[in-house]
Amino acid sequence: MSKNVLTIRNLSVNYQTDQGTLQAMRNVNIDVPKGSIVGVVGESGCGKSTLISTIIRLLATNADIPNGEVDFEGRDILTLSEDEMRKLRGDRLSIVFQDPMSSLNPVLTIGKQMTDIQYRDKKTMAQKRQRSINMLESVGIPDPASRLNQYPHEFSGGMRQRIAIAMALQAEPSLLIADEPTTALDATLEVQIIHLLKQLQSTIGCSVLFISHHLGVIAELCDYVVVIYAGEVVEEGTVSDVFKRPQHPYTEKLLECDPANIAQKTRELPTIPGNVPDLVSLPSGCIFKDRCHTKIDRCDNERPQRIDAADKHYVSCHLRSPQ
Amino acid sequence: MLIYCIKRIGLGILIVMLAVTLLFFMIHLVPGDPARILLGPRATPELIASMSQQLGLDKPLPIQILMFFANLFRGDMGMDVITNRPVADIVFGQLPYTLSLILTAIIGAALIGIPLGCYSAINRNSLADRVTGILSVACITAPAFVVALYSLLIFAVYLKWFPAVGAGEKGDFGDQVAHLVLPAFAIGLSWVGYLSRLVRASMLEVMGENHIRTARAYGLPERLVVFRYALKLAVLPTVTVIGVGMGFLLSAAVFTEIVFARPGLGKLIFDSISTRNYPVVMGSVLVSTILFVISTTISDLINAWLDPRIRASL
Repeated sequence: MSKNVLTIRNLSVNYQTDQGTLQAMRNVNIDVPKGSIVGVVGESGCGKSTLISTIIRLLATNADIPNGEVDFEGRDILTLSEDEMRKLRGDRLSIVFQDPMSSLNPVLTIGKQMTDIQYRDKKTMAQKRQRSINMLESVGIPDPASRLNQYPHEFSGGMRQRIAIAMALQAEPSLLIADEPTTALDATLEVQIIHLLKQLQSTIGCSVLFISHHLGVIAELCDYVVVIYAGEVVEEGTVSDVFKRPQHPYTEKLLECDPANIAQKTRELPTIPGNVPDLVSLPSGCIFKDRCHTKIDRCDNERPQRIDAADKHYVSCHLRSPQ
Repeated sequence: MLIYCIKRIGLGILIVMLAVTLLFFMIHLVPGDPARILLGPRATPELIASMSQQLGLDKPLPIQILMFFANLFRGDMGMDVITNRPVADIVFGQLPYTLSLILTAIIGAALIGIPLGCYSAINRNSLADRVTGILSVACITAPAFVVALYSLLIFAVYLKWFPAVGAGEKGDFGDQVAHLVLPAFAIGLSWVGYLSRLVRASMLEVMGENHIRTARAYGLPERLVVFRYALKLAVLPTVTVIGVGMGFLLSAAVFTEIVFARPGLGKLIFDSISTRNYPVVMGSVLVSTILFVISTTISDLINAWLDPRIRASL
């Protein structure tokens, strides 16, 4: 346990909706080892956002957690009081959100926001500002001292995401959660932000939980990857294992659909036929069976167990089970 | 900010000039010869002619507008046809009464309504929220003159807490304040409800925005999140509404000043329309218009001070 910063065990999250109980996440296990970058990949609606909201305990009011634990630095986050949780947020546990346009307060200066989040430190305002100036400098914002007096709308999208990263890493957290931080940016900026994150991560020595639907970014940045489908972890392992020898049919299909892997000119981009199952009335058996091209009889009724495909490479699929 | 101020005040002046021109034409579009109306049915043609000359009605229209503006610029709004006193003196003599009434009403309404709205938004769907919701709507729907009559009846006649009529002895501040309470309550009550509903709605909207989630994700204390990160944005629409609301309060003041037999612009307009004292009507409407433009300009300036994006937009 001690070598992990974050250990998620058997975590399930439900939402109470008008249609019934929506089981957004079911029995999810994720490990984030110290000093490593773990990528979480999955399509829209697979539970990525729910996962993040659970870890920082800012779930919507209609959500409940029937079972599971989220162990962060030896403490189960789910049992902490609201006050204890707030002490972790922005200090040991930090987050960069998806949309830099809307995730910064529009009517407060960058400097105000960056010094406000240092409210725990018993430092003078000048020292706090200096800390913020140093952080902005390290994320490559030119002339940081005067930029501190500007408002978010005076920065470009890429700049704002750099500022968000600077804010998140200012407290030198032990875990940084990055919620699709490059999705709202164009491709050139994406590469810059990825390199910046990697470089800062190694200087500060924190762990990163990196959420994305972009396989290329995950391959470039992460050490481990967790593939989520419809609220369940279907495969996890090192980036090279999972990307080179995918064990789960969903991972295989996902890699095939990545435009970067398409060598031939085609009129139609490959897709995975079918839709994500209805999470209110879950089908029995394997969650992926309706879209799977290698489905066998067992998949209909029996839920696949998590099995070792190789060292530190886990998969939940009947095809890989020894029976 | 300075550039925005200059631009916005310039715009305000332009609006005032436009409004004055409109007002001028409105007076002239009213059917009938103003001189004839002023002097009554038994006036001789000679008298009418001399009156027209005195009012400058015999000159061509463009000259009349120019004269009108030139006089206005010197602070001359013409003469009261009945008492023969300068209109400017009469209007500015009444202005402080109305101004103190409106400002007391709106500041009081803001001081009660805004915290009430915040409280409702934070304790959303609680019993207290529902009760304030019902009370607020009840306040909004009660017309000012009804509130005025009943408050007069209850607090002045039965309970004798506050004086019933007038504006109080000149120079006696306490007496003047006591005379201000009921009229201000009458026109401010619906604004308490209105502002609390408005603040609640915009507060809930802002609290759902991404940057509030960011602030919480950084572990900022809830007090700081609400009062520094959310409230500053949530009051923006409220400030605008208060600015525009000054215009509504000016018209509500007409009823209230009559009910409470209180001097003021509203009572002046009412009295001078009854006696067809057009120069006074025109003067007081003009001052009301300028007051309205000033209040919207001030509310825009406050918004620009609060929100940097507005500063960049004009």
